[in-house]
Amino acid sequence: MKPFKFISATSQEQAVTMLSKNAEAAYLGGGTNLLDLMKEHVALPNELIDIGNLKLKEIKATTGGYSLGALAKNTDTANHPLVRSNLPMLSKSILAGASAQIRNMATNGGNLLQRTRCSYFYDISMPCNKRVPGSGCAALEGFNRMHAIFGWSEHCVAVYPSDMAVALAALNATVKVQNSKAERTIAFRDFHLLPGNHPERDNSLTHGELITAIEIPKNNFSTHSAYVKVRDRNSYAFALISVAAGLHLSGNIIQSAGIAMGGVAHKPWRALKAEEFLKGKVATTANFTEAAEIEMAGAKALSHNKFKIEMGKRTLINALEMALKG
Amino acid sequence: MKQNKTQLTPDELKLFGDLMPEELEEVIQSGFNRRHFVKLMGLATAGLLASYTLGATQLFARPVAPDEIPDLLPEAIENGVNVTFKVNSGTRSVLVDSRMTLLDTLRERIGLTGTKKGCDHGQCGACTVIVNGERVLSCLTLAATCQGKSVLTIEGLAKGNELHPMQTTFLKHDGFQCGFCTPGQICSAVALMKEAKEGQASFVTKNISAEAKPLMLSDEEISERMSGNICRCGAYPNIVAAIKEAQTGKDVPQTWLFTD
Repeated sequence: MKPFKFISATSQEQAVTMLSKNAEAAYLGGGTNLLDLMKEHVALPNELIDIGNLKLKEIKATTGGYSLGALAKNTDTANHPLVRSNLPMLSKSILAGASAQIRNMATNGGNLLQRTRCSYFYDISMPCNKRVPGSGCAALEGFNRMHAIFGWSEHCVAVYPSDMAVALAALNATVKVQNSKAERTIAFRDFHLLPGNHPERDNSLTHGELITAIEIPKNNFSTHSAYVKVRDRNSYAFALISVAAGLHLSGNIIQSAGIAMGGVAHKPWRALKAEEFLKGKVATTANFTEAAEIEMAGAKALSHNKFKIEMGKRTLINALEMALKG
Repeated sequence: MKQNKTQLTPDELKLFGDLMPEELEEVIQSGFNRRHFVKLMGLATAGLLASYTLGATQLFARPVAPDEIPDLLPEAIENGVNVTFKVNSGTRSVLVDSRMTLLDTLRERIGLTGTKKGCDHGQCGACTVIVNGERVLSCLTLAATCQGKSVLTIEGLAKGNELHPMQTTFLKHDGFQCGFCTPGQICSAVALMKEAKEGQASFVTKNISAEAKPLMLSDEEISERMSGNICRCGAYPNIVAAIKEAQTGKDVPQTWLFTD
């Protein structure tokens, strides 16, 4: 690891001020991704601002819905009674990710800031536009079985790894952040970015900004929701495909649906076309299938991941059927 | 010359004299070490220890006294951070390089080598320790973030000569082969008992929206919740049996049997 100064922040303002002053500084939350990247010389901060002692850990009901503190641990979030009873899809998605040990360390804010697990991004001897802009994308013509089928560019075909964020996308969350001047709120669909010409940017945060909370509006999905994850082994593996699905039903008519996919793009992929199709339709397998086909029509495979298109369709149908069953 | 840190009890003297006579002198001189432990485990697996259980159990339970590791000179440390934290029953203050992980601090500075370095990237679980009651990965924890915290390692589980129940059931069920993942498996399983008592959910928990209640873990639940601890020898069925017996307190039949 490259040497770095270690500072334990005592207040939110202090943390933001210190980070804003140094372009090579980074916040340290749970550290489960950052430390790994530092050991691999992929992340090279010269200063770590430990934010582990800041408050920002509260999980609560608000007038419009729910607020998850940025520094609440993933385990505490998944097990909070408010989350388990009102946002079961979110609990399930968190518990689908990583291992118990990692969930005990990882924070909610940090979960959103995970970097891709593309093996070329991790291997500093290989070209990677995300790590070294302009160096090329080794995955485009390399081993890309795990990579994107939606929204990729010739500069980057990596996928975003979080499970939790897939549920947050389906739940239409917003991200509250603080910078040295003000607080602002970012809609979840604008938080993570597609690679385009700038794959080095994962999200729309600017340097120094600190996530303080994730807010989730009230919804009618709690009795009809599911999180389905397909992976190479049964547990403790990143998704090939995952789907978070919530249905608001009146009888058997779908009033609205919240659907997002993981393992398919550079960001959690909100399945807006499927959502739009299902609105007002009867909740049947035939309609779920049509919605899945409409969504997957926009997918474009790389050399090794064609299977993800059929798998994506089946996983969408499966998740919607599970959500219907409740 | 290293001080003899192992005063053998009469039971233990007899155990070594009978089973490992060629090692006896060395054990008396310089104490019980890892090689002896491995040999003894071999005998235990072969069933030869059955009649010596008392002495053997005491020996396994005895914490190996950590070596005194002198502090590095401050000028040999970059970006030094002073940290004081509780490790098992004692409190330790160390000056660490900001890059030092908790894992390396335990092993290289405090001399507690029970916690193992497997992948060092958070993928295998061999370095699992319990910090403030929660199982975490010590390879992805900076020592500098441990100020004021309480760390429990494999060396801190037994009470004197009495093994922690999870250690006893791992021995009974042969929940290991090479033993490298075992300290992490056991620490993970010990913390899991607390999580089950609190009714924490897992990915395979049915009806996640229901109120949290203390859980008796099924085989499926144990496998899912222990998936962060990899065992390359594949002792998984035995590990599940050991955890089941530790949780229920009821005798679980061994999955293996010696035949002539």
